[in-house]
Amino acid sequence: MTQEQINFPPEKCFHIKGGRISVTTLELTHYDYRGFNDQLSQAVGAAPQLFEQMPIVLGLEKLAPEAFVDFIEICQICQFHGLTPVAIRGGTPELQTAAAVAGLTSLPAQSRRAARNAEPEAETPQVEAIAPRAEAQSAPQEAPPPARSSRLITTPVRSGQQVYAQGGDLIVMAPVSAGAEILADGHIHVYGPLRGRALAGIQGDTDARIFCQSLEAELVSIAGHYRINEDLRGGLWRSAVRIGLSNDQLQIEAL
Amino acid sequence: MAEIIVVTSGKGGVGKTTTSAAVGTGLALRGHRTVIIDFDIGLRNLDLIMNCERRVVYDFVNVINGEANLNQALIKDKRVENLFILPASQTRDKDALTMEGVQRVLEELSQTFNYIVCDSPAGIEHGALMALYFADRAIIVTNPEVSSVRDSDRILGILSSKSRRAETGKDPVREHLLITRYSPERVANGEMLSIADIEDILSVPLLGVIPESKSVLRASNEGVPVIHDQDSDAGQAYSDAIGRFLGEERALRFTTVAKKGLLQRMFGGRE
Repeated sequence: MTQEQINFPPEKCFHIKGGRISVTTLELTHYDYRGFNDQLSQAVGAAPQLFEQMPIVLGLEKLAPEAFVDFIEICQICQFHGLTPVAIRGGTPELQTAAAVAGLTSLPAQSRRAARNAEPEAETPQVEAIAPRAEAQSAPQEAPPPARSSRLITTPVRSGQQVYAQGGDLIVMAPVSAGAEILADGHIHVYGPLRGRALAGIQGDTDARIFCQSLEAELVSIAGHYRINEDLRGGLWRSAVRIGLSNDQLQIEAL
Repeated sequence: MAEIIVVTSGKGGVGKTTTSAAVGTGLALRGHRTVIIDFDIGLRNLDLIMNCERRVVYDFVNVINGEANLNQALIKDKRVENLFILPASQTRDKDALTMEGVQRVLEELSQTFNYIVCDSPAGIEHGALMALYFADRAIIVTNPEVSSVRDSDRILGILSSKSRRAETGKDPVREHLLITRYSPERVANGEMLSIADIEDILSVPLLGVIPESKSVLRASNEGVPVIHDQDSDAGQAYSDAIGRFLGEERALRFTTVAKKGLLQRMFGGRE
């Protein structure tokens, strides 16, 4: 074999590019095993799909100077809840060394100016869940996109009528008659008997849910997965139920 | 300015024309100048129920087409002062009803009448739409039976979206539920929907309950609106309904199973 045949230049394995990504940060104020585990459990429980496989950064700027953090333990708790810690931000040199042992890189501390301009701290896990999603789509300083609009219906939805809440949730505060059809891109709430057809998540949102005070529906569907009247007449017929999609199966539970 | 009332149901044969005749007569008996219009072009029967079929010269379609004026077409009722009938055409079809024509006739009638009762045909097509379009109030006639309730629900939906009041954003049409051919015995047996069942499905305020009664057939064959027969249960129930329509408080009658007295039990009850 000649040199020419073996040594053709190989295709490059990678290109080096600079860039920015937005990532969720857990800003630690203090650390104890129980407290951290419980709070994280609650936050993830409120929006499980959102937090699955999420990369996170542990912000240490707010910790007291002499605080001790067991990074190996924190990483274990995070991974148990489906989060992947990738780095720490800020912190004393001791903390940075301890983090390196646990496999976390150190990012520079957030400047005071950046801290002032950042999203305001959220009180509830729900709000926390929406802000990171917005961040993922735009640069950190931009305003988050407008919240999903919902449509409110207060008069009965009669047989033959069709109501479609495009781009949001549908809330009906009256009966939905047999022969009526209610549809939404998001969730559907019926504060009354649901006797017609309800189709939630019709653009494909598998997280959409249906809630009603009395299940008497002709058909319910979430993101195309449906069940008809005959198959709904189980123990929860005519009860207050919530319907969700899990593994492509409709789950019906009592409210 | 007249109040326009549509008597409609969706389902056929539930008692719209019987009710239109009874309501029109009842309002006129209370002293209000009232006209009843038959919107069932081609299948007219209001004139039969009111016993004026022998006096029809011109009809609703003639007036719309300008072939006759209202004074020539309106028929004065022989029994009740203040009551007039505008019959439908039997030979034309419902396309003869135009929106502009109907509006013109109703506006002209509004100037001299207190109440205009529109007797709607069955269904949800053009004739029924024309009858309900200009309504201020609606009486939805329903039998205690599943298909009638379903059709009434459909017509309620149409009233709330395709009436002039709905399209121009005015106050919605005032809806009233009138249950007809009600039999308390069959409800007790579970054969018939109860008042509570119907109210639950339709969510419309109840105007009245008219019991199943032989007097209704007799009345229509004789051409005397049943409200004149104050000995009959149906006649009395219609009077109660008129009272409630005009704002009076009246208890519901003829809705519970009548207890048979000793003599009735021994010799058989009479209906």
